[in-house]
Amino acid sequence: MKGILPALLLAACTAPAALAGSAAPLLAALEADASRQVGAPVSGSPSRGDTFFHTRRAEWSCSSCHTADPRQTGRHVITGKNIRPMAPAVNPDRFVDRAKTDKWFRRNCQDVLGRPCSLQEQADVVAYLASL
Amino acid sequence: MNTRLRMITDAIVWALSSVFLLVLLATSAEAAAPLDGASAWREECSSCHIAFPPRLLPAASWQALLGGLDKHFGVDASTDPAHGAAISQYLAAHAGPATKSPAASPPLRITTQGWFVHEHDELAPSVWARPAVRSRANCSACHAGAERGQFDEDSVRIPK
Repeated sequence: MKGILPALLLAACTAPAALAGSAAPLLAALEADASRQVGAPVSGSPSRGDTFFHTRRAEWSCSSCHTADPRQTGRHVITGKNIRPMAPAVNPDRFVDRAKTDKWFRRNCQDVLGRPCSLQEQADVVAYLASL
Repeated sequence: MNTRLRMITDAIVWALSSVFLLVLLATSAEAAAPLDGASAWREECSSCHIAFPPRLLPAASWQALLGGLDKHFGVDASTDPAHGAAISQYLAAHAGPATKSPAASPPLRITTQGWFVHEHDELAPSVWARPAVRSRANCSACHAGAERGQFDEDSVRIPK
């Protein structure tokens, strides 16, 4: 039993994908793609994702629509339509479909940052949301 | 007895092969079938607002809107080409009647058209500003059946 805790801690530091629950396969795929893009091993960082998610850019941050606590229901900043929570712990439909994830990163990164997000940034955000 | 056993195993093998073949056929058909326009429209157009019924704008308006989805009222709502084509076909087939606007500048907002303004002319500006309403595009604030394309006057409930 005593050996399990250090092993878990090690896993937490080195492989967020392993702890990401229902989002784990998609996070692992994002990390693999990011690693290929960068040419070095990449893993999503929940703390970097946390900062990224809450940082306001020109006009908006991710939290403008998804709320500061992504376990809560969000609200579209223009239309007011409800947006179901982003954290897989409360909404297991999130981050199980790569095409859907790619589509929304493509749109929302353009809206918030005015540019596409790197695969590293995407892995960070998914690692953060999956850690909640 | 042996013959009977043989018949039963044959039947099971036959049934399993049929199911396997059917599943194979169904999955390959699904992969090859073009996207269903109604489903693509509902899926893509109801993410940020209700899927506004095609009849609420003329075909030229839908065409203009689809041509600028990367900057759709200030938001990137772009689709992949397959969804874009399916939605375009669906909207063209079910669009409302053409307006008197010049072809080069069709109305881009449902809410600026004459009939919309007329239908809502009894509402004070303060009603539109209520937190539960907020936007003229928020049809379902007052029309509970808006997501199903129902806007009849009798079922209107204006939130306080």
